[in-house]
Amino acid sequence: MAGTREPFWWSLFAAGGAVAALLAPVQIALTGIVIARGWAGQSFTYDRALALVSHPLSRLYLFVLISLPLFHWAHRFRFTLIDLGLKWSRALVAGVCYGAAVAGTILAALVLIRF
Amino acid sequence: MTGPYRRPVPSTWWLHNRAYFLFMLRELTSVFIAAYLILLLILLYRLNAGRGAYESYLRFLGAPGMVTFHVIALAAALFHTVTWFNLTPKVLVVRVGARRVPAPIIAGVNYAAWIVFSALVAWIVLRG
Amino acid sequence: MPDPTITLEIFRYHPEQNETPSFRRYEIPYREDWVVLDAINYIKDHIDGTLAYRWSCRMGVCGSCGMMINGTPRLSCAAFLREYYPNPVRVEPLANFPVERDLVIALDDFMHKLREVNPWLIRAHEQPLSDGEYRQTPDEVAAYKQYSMCINCMLCYAACPVYALEPRFLGPAAIALAQRYNLDSRDQGRSQREAVLSSEDGIWDCTLVGECTVACPEHVDPAGAIQRAKLASMIDWYKRVLMPWGGR
Repeated sequence: MAGTREPFWWSLFAAGGAVAALLAPVQIALTGIVIARGWAGQSFTYDRALALVSHPLSRLYLFVLISLPLFHWAHRFRFTLIDLGLKWSRALVAGVCYGAAVAGTILAALVLIRF
Repeated sequence: MTGPYRRPVPSTWWLHNRAYFLFMLRELTSVFIAAYLILLLILLYRLNAGRGAYESYLRFLGAPGMVTFHVIALAAALFHTVTWFNLTPKVLVVRVGARRVPAPIIAGVNYAAWIVFSALVAWIVLRG
Repeated sequence: MPDPTITLEIFRYHPEQNETPSFRRYEIPYREDWVVLDAINYIKDHIDGTLAYRWSCRMGVCGSCGMMINGTPRLSCAAFLREYYPNPVRVEPLANFPVERDLVIALDDFMHKLREVNPWLIRAHEQPLSDGEYRQTPDEVAAYKQYSMCINCMLCYAACPVYALEPRFLGPAAIALAQRYNLDSRDQGRSQREAVLSSEDGIWDCTLVGECTVACPEHVDPAGAIQRAKLASMIDWYKRVLMPWGGR
C-alpha cells in the first residue's frame, strides 16, 4: 500500500535536515561572512574559486548541499503555512512547496553541470 | 439549549506560550537556510558567468545588509543544528538488550560529526 | 491574623441556559498540602454545588481529572496550590476538546481514536493452547513497556497544537498505543495498524512540537513513539518500493 507518499517526502525532509544541520553553519559562515569581510585572503579569488568548484566532487557536494535542504524547507514550510492559518487545500500547499524545491534542484543541476 | 462549546483557536496560537514560540522559530529556521542556499546558487551561477560577474557579486555580498542577513541566517542555522541533534535520539532509538543507548551519546555522535565536517569544509575552502 | 486564602477562577458553561462561557471567582481557604482538585472539591461541597467536573482516584493513576491550570494541561490531583499561591489559579476544561458543561469535556473523539489503532494483540497464527503461554524475555518487555504506561488522561491532546488546529489528527496517545502493540514481540499486526497510522491525519501530521511528551504525567514520551513510527514506516515504504517482490 504505497498509496501515501508521505514517507518519501519525510525521508527527504530528514536527509535535508541532517545535511543542513551538519553543513549549513560552516557554509553560511564561509560564503556569507568570511568571504564578505575579506578575511580569507586568496581563498575566494575568481581563479581559486573556479578551480575549487569545478572539481566533480565539489559539484556533487554542492548539489547535495543545495537540493536536500531545499526539500527539508519545503516539507517544514508546508506544515508551517497551515499552522499559521493558510486555508489552501493540503494538495495545493504541498504542490507549491515541493514544486519550488524541485525547481531549485533543477536550477542547481543546470548551474553545476556547466562548470 | 446550546450544544458542546468549541473554543476557537486563534492563528496567533504560537505566541501564547514559550514552547510553542520556540517551536515556530525552529520551523522558520528552514526559511533562512533555504534563502541562503539560493544566494549560494547565485554565487555559483556568477562564478560560471565570468570574472566580472563573480567579483561584482562578491561586492554585493559585502554590503552591510547582506552580511547582516548572513549573521541572522547563521544564528538560524545554529538553532536548527542544536534542535535537530537534540531531537535525533527520539527518532533513532538504539537498544542494547533491555537498555537504550543514552540520548546524550546519540546526540554527541552527531555533534562530533558536525565539528569534523565543519573543520573539513573550512580547511578545504580556506587553505588557499 | 485571618487564615490564608487563595482565589480560583473557574470556567463555567451551562448549555441549558444558552449562555456563553464565563469565569467565576471563588475565594477559598489555602492549605499548603492541597492540590487543585482538593480546592475544587471544597468549592463543590461548601460554596457552589453546581460545579461539574470529573475526578476519581485523586492520586494520578486514573486519568480522569485533566484540566488546564493557568493555561497548562495538568492532572488537577497533581497540581499543588502552593505552586501558584498567592496568585489566583485559573482552571479551564482540557483544551482542544468540546466542552459539555463547566470543566467536563466530550471525549468521544479520543475514545474512537483509541479503538481505531486496533489496541490488542493481533496474531497471524494463534498458538494452540497446548503450546502454553506466549513467553517474553525482560528485554522484549522493555521494548514496549514505556508505551503501555498511558493512563488515557488526554493531557497530550490538550498540549498538541496540531490537534488544536486539526481535530482529525490521530493524536499522541493513540499513536503511542499503536506503538505499544507494534513493538510487542507477541504481536503480528503491524501491517493492519499501518493503514490507520499512515492515513491522512495519521502520524504524518505530527510536526514534533514535543509538548505532548512534556505534558505526559506517566513519561510515556508519545512524541518519541510517533517519530519512531515515522522512521519504521519510512523504512517499510522504501522496502516496498525498491523490493516489491518481498513477502508480507
